[in-house]
Amino acid sequence: MSAENSSVTDMTKAHIGGHRPPLQFELNASYVSLFGMSCGPRRDGACLAQIKEVEEITLVSNEKAGIITTAEPTIEKETQSEEELDLPWQVVVHNDPVNLMSYVTMVFQRVFGYPRERAERHMLEVHQNGRSILWSGMRERAELYVQQLHGYLLLATLEKAG
Amino acid sequence: MDICRRKSVIEISELDPFLAELLRQIPASANPDGAPAAEQRIFSPPIKGKATEFCAEWKMYVEPELRRLFQSATETVATDLEQLNGNEKSLGNRTLRIPAKHSDAWLSALNQARIVIAAKNKFTENELNDHCHSPIGSRRDLSLFQVNFYGFLQEFILRELRS
Repeated sequence: MSAENSSVTDMTKAHIGGHRPPLQFELNASYVSLFGMSCGPRRDGACLAQIKEVEEITLVSNEKAGIITTAEPTIEKETQSEEELDLPWQVVVHNDPVNLMSYVTMVFQRVFGYPRERAERHMLEVHQNGRSILWSGMRERAELYVQQLHGYLLLATLEKAG
Repeated sequence: MDICRRKSVIEISELDPFLAELLRQIPASANPDGAPAAEQRIFSPPIKGKATEFCAEWKMYVEPELRRLFQSATETVATDLEQLNGNEKSLGNRTLRIPAKHSDAWLSALNQARIVIAAKNKFTENELNDHCHSPIGSRRDLSLFQVNFYGFLQEFILRELRS
């Protein structure tokens, strides 16, 4: 990421001044994930994982043999919802020498709604370590975030955790 | 060159012909056509490694949306820059007034231009961070100056958005 461009002021002999009433952000493009269909069946969100273990001991009498046998216990396997299986996706932002630090911070605030301090922490992590995990969770939402970040021209990818 | 905020307008005044021309070049500079490196950077892959099907879908459905978004921003900027149209003499000490509501479009177009110029010239991180580089002795130096000048404008707009 590029550092602040204060020295350009000298080069252009520019003067920054004037009063600065607050601005309203106008451009807030809404993005629609187009990959819902490709990511598997629809997730209803209400489905919770159920661990159900049932042991049934059935006594079966074999009248002919006069022997009592004990059947194997039936164990229902642990099941996970689609949502849980889909969880470990990460939105990763990679370092880019062109984007300004202040710009990257603003983008993190806008896209993820992070407070300035948290956005700056992530920005510095990108700058110093080359990457930062901005968010993790369901794939569809991660795709949406990556799409938004690309709209701001940040280098962002979707990664499966682990 | 002076730059300041006046109510709902960002005003760039005392523009000499050189800086005015650099401003006029924003839309053209933001265009990655004909520069594969710039195109690849602007439309970077959404996933690392092998995910050809996903990348193909991304190219088919998301990239056109991104193109429209970027084009819309440069068109807004191009319209604002029409204030600077005229012959070279008339560009002396001109004033450019950017409606504050166009700030996002300007941020996007300036960013596109900086990224495309940097990719075309293969600027290194060191070069991009060397803001005291001078004088302008080559086309490459001019491009680096352009990147820094656009960065300066971005900084000002961001400061205004924060305040």
